[in-house]
Amino acid sequence: MTPASTAAVDLVNIWKRFPGVIANAGASLQIKTGSIHAVLGENGAGKSTLMNVLSGVYRPDEGQVLIDGEAHQFRSPSDALNAGIGMVHQEFRLVPSFTVAENVVLGASDRLVRRTAVEKEVGELAERFGLATDPSRPIWQLSMGERQRVEILKALWRNARILILDEPTAVLTPSEADELGRVLRTMADDGRSIIFISHKLHEVTGFCDEATVLRGGKTVAASLQVADTNAHELAGLMVGSSPIISERPPARQAGEILLEIKNLEAQSDRSLPVLHGLSLQVRSGEIVGIAGVSGNGQREMAQVVAGLRPATAGSVSIAGQEVTATPPAARFKAGLGYVPEDRLGVGLAPRLTVTENAILRNYRSLRKGPFLDSDQADEHCQDLVERFGVKTGPMHEPIAGLSGGNLQRLLVGRELSGGPKVLVAAQPTRGLDVKGVKAIQDLLIAERDAGVAVLLVSEDLDELFTLSDRLLVIHDGQIVGEFNPETAQRHQVGAAMAGEVVTQ
Amino acid sequence: MIGLLSATVSFGALLYLAALGELITEKSGILNLGVEGMMAIGAVTGFMVALETNNPWIAFLAAIVATAVFALLHGLFTVVLGAEQVVSGLSLTILGVGLAAFLGKGAVGRPPGAVLAPVDWGPLSDIPWVGTIFFSQSPVVYFAVLAGIAVSLLLTHTSVGLALRGAGESASTVDAAGYSVTAIRLAAVAFGGAMAGASGAYLTLSLTPQWAEGLTAGRGWIAVALVIFGAWRPGRAAVGAILFGGLLALKTRLQTFGVDLSPILLSMLPYLLTIAVLIVISIRARNRPSAAPAALGQAYRREER
Repeated sequence: MTPASTAAVDLVNIWKRFPGVIANAGASLQIKTGSIHAVLGENGAGKSTLMNVLSGVYRPDEGQVLIDGEAHQFRSPSDALNAGIGMVHQEFRLVPSFTVAENVVLGASDRLVRRTAVEKEVGELAERFGLATDPSRPIWQLSMGERQRVEILKALWRNARILILDEPTAVLTPSEADELGRVLRTMADDGRSIIFISHKLHEVTGFCDEATVLRGGKTVAASLQVADTNAHELAGLMVGSSPIISERPPARQAGEILLEIKNLEAQSDRSLPVLHGLSLQVRSGEIVGIAGVSGNGQREMAQVVAGLRPATAGSVSIAGQEVTATPPAARFKAGLGYVPEDRLGVGLAPRLTVTENAILRNYRSLRKGPFLDSDQADEHCQDLVERFGVKTGPMHEPIAGLSGGNLQRLLVGRELSGGPKVLVAAQPTRGLDVKGVKAIQDLLIAERDAGVAVLLVSEDLDELFTLSDRLLVIHDGQIVGEFNPETAQRHQVGAAMAGEVVTQ
Repeated sequence: MIGLLSATVSFGALLYLAALGELITEKSGILNLGVEGMMAIGAVTGFMVALETNNPWIAFLAAIVATAVFALLHGLFTVVLGAEQVVSGLSLTILGVGLAAFLGKGAVGRPPGAVLAPVDWGPLSDIPWVGTIFFSQSPVVYFAVLAGIAVSLLLTHTSVGLALRGAGESASTVDAAGYSVTAIRLAAVAFGGAMAGASGAYLTLSLTPQWAEGLTAGRGWIAVALVIFGAWRPGRAAVGAILFGGLLALKTRLQTFGVDLSPILLSMLPYLLTIAVLIVISIRARNRPSAAPAALGQAYRREER
């Protein structure tokens, strides 16, 4: 064991209790200076609580926080920041209308702000760590990957020597994630210590030095050398039983065409053409996966199919019925289920109750005269909760209190309860823990086996390879390749995603 | 004609002062529709204190302080307690106008205790036209110009301005950056009150040195419209202030020119122009964040997600 004095961070026997829950039950974590350290665990394992303790959001009930061997008691995030701890949250804390430079210096600049000087300084800092950004551009114009770089820049600007990244790759494309890995390595070589929280095991094994696994609020494996372990072992430690590996379900005979998209064209949020004559078909009983680097039109395609974005040309048919110009409700009637990328916001209304969210699709049929029939609504909600294994508090509480996995179960359940013929699922497992991913994937497969045509948009290539019966690659608003996931190679799909013409 | 142009500058300054305050308030994320009421409080305070002290400067300062405190009522409800901002702002207008009428009962018809004398710029004031229009105005007019420049610099070139704008765009970000959103917004609301108070006092200490119920005559509302017309920018708001000020000046002089146009039509113009600007803004900004602060009108509570 390395002596505590050389560790950048040493969390010793941390306890944190909340009403009814013990979030940390003697968790420990030791980070070597200049290393990239993965913290693994399922949702609810106590990772976030532990990180909140380290970053000064929570005060631990028991235990010690040592930074460079020195004991600290943080009262607020700014205390932690002063001790050199920077946190990059999953939801970015950026002002969309501000420029990159303005966001970076917000709260950490002299009284007077000279725009050009600040932009130059921020640009230099960005360059030093390979975080390519234009300091004068407003945030709203940037991709998720670029926004994350700004968040990292903010921490660096404040001279953070210890950086906590909370599921940093959840919003990134595979190539952006690789890029992030290189940036983190540059920072580690600079003597900074990185704490990397993730669910994606191949990233942990890809660019972390050590890993600590939490389960049930306790540390079950401390500072494993990543070189000496593998994804299977880590997955096993996380779930506490044999690792969950999604087996490829046997393919089934595909039936009639239920979703047909012909020569679809549409515009992006910035009124630029983003779909350029996209065509595809999904048959009954098959899962068609859409792979692509984010920003190539997959998001917009799903929205056009759902009726949330107008098509400028082309057509969309659901079960033989043309729906191109119809509103979302008509598509729901025609047999469409839609799991949007943005589950809290587009899919579910955060401040409405669990019950209200559960009946958003079919409240018209839950009526007693002109009024809602609340008994029927409760019944419907209860039914969804039971059938889809949603863990929820009181049904009449706002839904925002549910965890990501449970939100998604309820959302998918609601979309499936109407008995859809076509299911469009955009990033349905993003940000979920291992069990949540498995549950959602099983649901998709079950629907397929029941004859539903499933269109799956995902940034997780492993998931696409596991679930898809056919794998389509989208690039620049067009389908540029079709692969058989059983025989295709990852690099072939990757090349197609990058826009190279490949023949299989 | 000279009179008309000179009055344009005076009325423009009147509107600009109140609009600058409202602009800062809105930039911090708080909508205060109480400008009309705050102006009334400033107007009556200025006039009453001048009656007592016969010192226009003490009266002017008293109006500023009193109205800032009055505005903090809105701050208490919306910033601290998270109440609905539109409701609270409208209440402030009704309360302010009523309170001013009540307090000023004994002052109706009385001659002013003191007035803010026009600044004498020496030879500059003697220049024909220009001298009369720009260099023989009340000191408050020059105060408005300086305030406009100061606000403009504050917003773009200081870290306080950055935090203020941030509070109106994304309060949680500013909170995470270590600022107190509550303190920023309360300060902005108080500043909005102070400026509305200055505007009101300008009315009773120099523009129309007398007190009567309903003296503010909807000018507070024009100031609110002016903020939107100026797309939340101090510079553009100044242009709008001159334009709307011109309309106000024209309204009072229409009869003297013998033009047969209903002054009511002229009173409508500022609002029609504001609506036109809103339409232009929304057409131009369809694919970008609008000019309005993104969090305008939203209470901030830390624990909400």
